[in-house]
Amino acid sequence: MKMTMIEPIETEKSLRRPEVGAAGSAPVSGGKPVMDVRELRAGYGSGDVLHGISLAVPERSVTAIIGPSGCGKSTFIRCLNRMHEVAPGAECRGQVLLGGRDIFAMDAVELRREVGMVFQKPNPFPTMSIYKNVAAGLTLNGVRDKAVVRGRVEESLRGAALWDEVKDRLDGPATGLSGGQQQRLCIARALAVEPKILLLDEPCSALDPSATARVEELIHALRKRLSIVIVTHNMQQAARVSQRTAFFLMGELVEYDDTRKIFTNPSDKRTEDYVTGRFG
Amino acid sequence: MKRRKVVNAAMLTLTGVCALLSLSALFAILGYIAWKGAAAINWGFLTQLPKPVGETGGGIAHSIVGSAKVVGLAALLGIPVGVLAAVYLAEYGNNKLGFLVRYAADVLNGIPSIVMGIFAYALVVVPFKGFSALAGSVALAVILIPMVTRSSEEFIRMVPGSIREAALALGVPQWKVILFVVLPTASRGIMTGAILAVSRIAGETAPLIFTAFGNRFWDEGWTHPIAALPLTIYNYAISPYRDWHEQAWAAAFLLLMFVLAVNVTARTLLRPRGGAAQG
Ligand SMILES: Nc1ncnc2c1ncn2[C@@H]1O[C@H](COP(=O)(O)OP(=O)(O)O)[C@@H](O)[C@H]1O
Ligand SMILES: [Mg+2]
Repeated sequence: MKMTMIEPIETEKSLRRPEVGAAGSAPVSGGKPVMDVRELRAGYGSGDVLHGISLAVPERSVTAIIGPSGCGKSTFIRCLNRMHEVAPGAECRGQVLLGGRDIFAMDAVELRREVGMVFQKPNPFPTMSIYKNVAAGLTLNGVRDKAVVRGRVEESLRGAALWDEVKDRLDGPATGLSGGQQQRLCIARALAVEPKILLLDEPCSALDPSATARVEELIHALRKRLSIVIVTHNMQQAARVSQRTAFFLMGELVEYDDTRKIFTNPSDKRTEDYVTGRFG
Repeated sequence: MKRRKVVNAAMLTLTGVCALLSLSALFAILGYIAWKGAAAINWGFLTQLPKPVGETGGGIAHSIVGSAKVVGLAALLGIPVGVLAAVYLAEYGNNKLGFLVRYAADVLNGIPSIVMGIFAYALVVVPFKGFSALAGSVALAVILIPMVTRSSEEFIRMVPGSIREAALALGVPQWKVILFVVLPTASRGIMTGAILAVSRIAGETAPLIFTAFGNRFWDEGWTHPIAALPLTIYNYAISPYRDWHEQAWAAAFLLLMFVLAVNVTARTLLRPRGGAAQG
């Protein structure tokens, strides 16, 4: 039974991109945590949606958050850069340490420069060109030096594997790009601020399979530079891109372990039921 | 079955006739004013001052300049206030104060414009002891502010939350998000609303009667009476002189053309340009 559940994942990998296949099996446990979440509770004013989550995000690796719809995955990662507070009625308690500092004691604006975020639906700024979109995080924060901005824009677009596709149309409207390109543009925009951690909330759910594959390759490459937390409802995706996987259920963290273990030999019965597709 | 069809046909005819009626009212007005007014428009009419009573000829250059000044200052006073109030309502206004401001703006929008004239009279004319261009601008600005506020608020609210979130998540402070991301995204809508509102106040007569007052000469500055197109139309139309009646028609035609041109410009602005479709 446990042998059968690994199979579709392996097939998927070898079909698409053999080189990423290694991601799921890379040893992880050694990396020291870049972010440490302790007893995090959060809600929207009418009871908690998250009931005390504790987990450590390892440095320079990909951590996947999986779980059925409505279990609090988005709420969780939005707490990590305090975007949760933007929602009306939102409240949250507990501790989140970023390199030892409590993020709730930090300035939220400063925090968000260190913990970037990419959303479910690509959301480029519609009035800005491709170039201005990527530069926005810098220019809006007062970076005046044109050469610095230009350098960072190119670097970020290369980092997001988009440079070759857009280098001749940097002044064109961002809304003229395809959905997949727009999402990579959003990743480039987030990278330009040079965050330590990148949060991705179902970044591929609005994309077609080939665009999804490109974003996954990108995540694989980015892992060498920064720490990534990705929410996904697609278990194959979690298996393909992450080293650690957390399984959420109804606002609780059921299990958090090496991805390989979660998908082959989970400790909790509920995790096993979920990853074998018995519910959710 | 048959009865239903008859009722259906009757309703269709009735609504169709009413639709045509409202359209023909517009064309009747346009046509009649063009017929009466267009002929009297010439270079002298546009560039000269009025001739003394009894002499024929002369123009309404002073009213054109006067309208531009009074309406221009009103726009300068009213649009920034309206847009900033709209930012408050859209971004922070989901509270009691927001509700009050919104309600007040709606009430103001429904108040007859002559009341705004009386208000400006009490506010500016009485303390300054005299009619003035400034008082006219204040009266028009008071009409402009609630219109701009409400239309701008709608357009600011139409900016998707995802755009705000994208900017906030980059570590951009909220005021910069509003100023450099939200407002530019809503700017074409805001501009359209403001232009339409300005074109409406450009045609207002009542609030100018006891504020700007009117003048048969070039104005002597912001604290003195000034001419304006609607005032001149009004004064000429109720005068006993045939010559003035013709000039009133011509001035009305001019005003109408201005309003029409502004409307067309505003609608064109709001149409999405190639590729970047947005609200
Ligand atoms: N803005 C909000 N206001 C109120 N309740 C919300 C809001 N966003 C999410 N919720 C509720 O919080 C719970 C968790 O939602 P979410 O974190 O979006 O789950 P997931 O991302 O796992 O699908 C759901 O029950 C949802 O209805
Ligand atoms: Mg979600």
